[in-house]
Amino acid sequence: MNNQELQELIVKKIKENSPDAIISTNEYRGEFSLLLNKANIVQVCKLLKEDPEFQFILCEDVSGVDWARRKNRFSVVYHIFSFKLRYRLRLKVDVDESDLNVDSVSSVWETANWHEREAYDMFGIIFNNHPDLRRMYMPEDFEYYPLRKEFPLMGIPGSQPLPKKERT
Amino acid sequence: MEKLRKEDVHPSIIKTLLGKDSNITVEDALDNEMILNMGPQHPATHGVLRLVLRLDGETIVACVPELGYLHRGYEKMAENMTYMEFIPHTDRLDYIAPMANNVAYALAVEKVAGIEAPPRAQYIRMMVVELARIASHLVSIGSLAMDVGALTVFLWTLREREKILDIWDILCGARFTNTYTRIGGVANDAQPEALKLAKWFVEQFPENLDEVEKLLNGNRIFVERLDGVGRISQEDAIKIGFTGPNLRATGLEFDLRRATPYLFYNDIDFKIPTYTEGDCLARYFLRVDECRESAKIVAQVIDKMPAGDTILNQPKRVLPRKTEIYTKMEELIHDFMIVNFGINPPEGEIYSAVENPKGELGFYIISKGDGNPWRFKIRSPSMVNLQAISQLIKGHLISDVVAIVGSIDPIMGEADK
Amino acid sequence: MGLEAKLGEEGFFTTKVNELVAWSRKNSVWPMPMGISCCAIEMMAAGDPKYDIARFGSEVMRFTPRQCDLMIVAGTVTYKMAHVVRKIYDQMPDPKWVIAMGACTSSGGMYRSYNVVQGIDQFLPVDIYLAGCPPRPDNLLNALIQIQDKIGRSKANEFKDRPMPELNVLNQ
Repeated sequence: MNNQELQELIVKKIKENSPDAIISTNEYRGEFSLLLNKANIVQVCKLLKEDPEFQFILCEDVSGVDWARRKNRFSVVYHIFSFKLRYRLRLKVDVDESDLNVDSVSSVWETANWHEREAYDMFGIIFNNHPDLRRMYMPEDFEYYPLRKEFPLMGIPGSQPLPKKERT
Repeated sequence: MEKLRKEDVHPSIIKTLLGKDSNITVEDALDNEMILNMGPQHPATHGVLRLVLRLDGETIVACVPELGYLHRGYEKMAENMTYMEFIPHTDRLDYIAPMANNVAYALAVEKVAGIEAPPRAQYIRMMVVELARIASHLVSIGSLAMDVGALTVFLWTLREREKILDIWDILCGARFTNTYTRIGGVANDAQPEALKLAKWFVEQFPENLDEVEKLLNGNRIFVERLDGVGRISQEDAIKIGFTGPNLRATGLEFDLRRATPYLFYNDIDFKIPTYTEGDCLARYFLRVDECRESAKIVAQVIDKMPAGDTILNQPKRVLPRKTEIYTKMEELIHDFMIVNFGINPPEGEIYSAVENPKGELGFYIISKGDGNPWRFKIRSPSMVNLQAISQLIKGHLISDVVAIVGSIDPIMGEADK
Repeated sequence: MGLEAKLGEEGFFTTKVNELVAWSRKNSVWPMPMGISCCAIEMMAAGDPKYDIARFGSEVMRFTPRQCDLMIVAGTVTYKMAHVVRKIYDQMPDPKWVIAMGACTSSGGMYRSYNVVQGIDQFLPVDIYLAGCPPRPDNLLNALIQIQDKIGRSKANEFKDRPMPELNVLNQ
């Protein structure tokens, strides 16, 4: 089936499973993306992975985005791939700064474990039911979230200590 | 040897390692087990990777890898510089095969901007990417052999790699970290000497690779150290997110050059090697086979290369030629605008992935119409491949850790971004 | 250090012994490769058959700091890694020298960001700064020759009476 039919089939199946999950869809340069409701993300992902027609079994990427607006400041973007259809799909979820929780999809795809840790490290988005939510790149006692738009590029002086130069 | 102190290992790592909440710090003694730190500075960990191991005698019970020792802040820097200024940074991602990252980045930005490079530039890019693949696999085979104990193989594969670096030196002036591609094409045309040298290289390469194989394939110590070690099944590999040679060694014949074709790979005839065992020995054999296939690809590309431009002629998105900048007015203005304010692609977001020697390298770019990207995410294959380490080394001995890490082939510049 | 303790005053015998000790030190510099990122690959290439580093006496690149006298810091040093580099430097016995290889170690290189130390001389005493990104292996060999000249001019009694806490194994 061509891309148009596939997109309609995906939207139809998701609507059958969880009726109010999809907020909007978008297509740009041949890539299809869905904006989903935060509460239904695990259910929709399970459907996409286990449905025998789709089989989106490879989760390529989970990343956070900081839009720096007043409403729905952050969003989490998932890229999933199906070997059977050779098709890539993008799922987006909006997160507001007052309620920085998203359900973790590491129960659906195990590879999302480290990607979600990185999103937590860089943005501060907390993933519910994550098996091991620690910081990924920055030291464990670092207090800020580097990829937020208000964090300066050169860092905050004194946030990370250096060893001393003289002989002890 | 200094005793490990409490502030060297953060309590949350100990908690993950022991699997439960407790007040145990690294200075206390466990009942029958020991916590060992295979630290960031280690001869055999392929860069600055830290593994905190929990051992029962010499068998590994649990492992927690810690990354971040080479985190340079690429994604934040990309939000503050234009698309052209970021090209040298992509060299340093997977620093063993720098040309492959350059081509991946150029393809991603061209997709955002909506332009396409001319055919000769695409063929030159293909040749360069396959040479980078050979160079990366040579280093991987050499360092795997060196870690397992066969030191001569490392020097022989580095000797072959020096020939590839000579080709790149003639082509663009730098041995290494070349920054050769531009948005809209490549920096300069491939000189006839470079093409002749590349053709000579692929003709004499299979025999030298045979010599290396003769040293290793019949060597009982090498085979027994790698056979059956670090085995992973196909479902586990897909669950953990493997792509590239690590996934093809478990039996799934999946290659992005054939599944979602880019450049001109559809016109080139090459096989995709696959093995089904999924252990370290299968990954080693797979990389050797891929080197041979890449040599065949380079030979075909050099024969089929068309004549023509090597950079696109579209002044609003691509830097104009130097001769025109000095003589014409519009080109001068376009050059000024592109260098200072960026190429301003239309608003939107894309994800573009290519088949790198280590796996699938993907770039997710969100553009708001400015010269700088709003969000630039790098999907690095080494970080995802490293996620499997704690699962792969359970139950093995310490000396197997070195073989397993070598066969997964991570590069920390990419894993830490 | 018995030899250095007895060489207090300068005489003909002393200077000749000084020269002998300096000559033997400079022709067998054992480097400690602190290979962190891309410059480490060029350091490996300096050891391969084309740009042989073994002909200068640096045949063994021992990865244990207790047996080395030259530390080549190759690659970008981040704040997290700086503590590790300093610890390894403290574990090396005297006399020791440091080469800062590449732009990242000399001044932070092209990374003006929150996690990169802008030059390792903020926490290590450096003897030679090497330019390049990455410097060619010939450039590294040039730096090695200059370090050898520096060692050749050193006097043996420079290193006596120095406190050496780093060689204590079970202090605390």
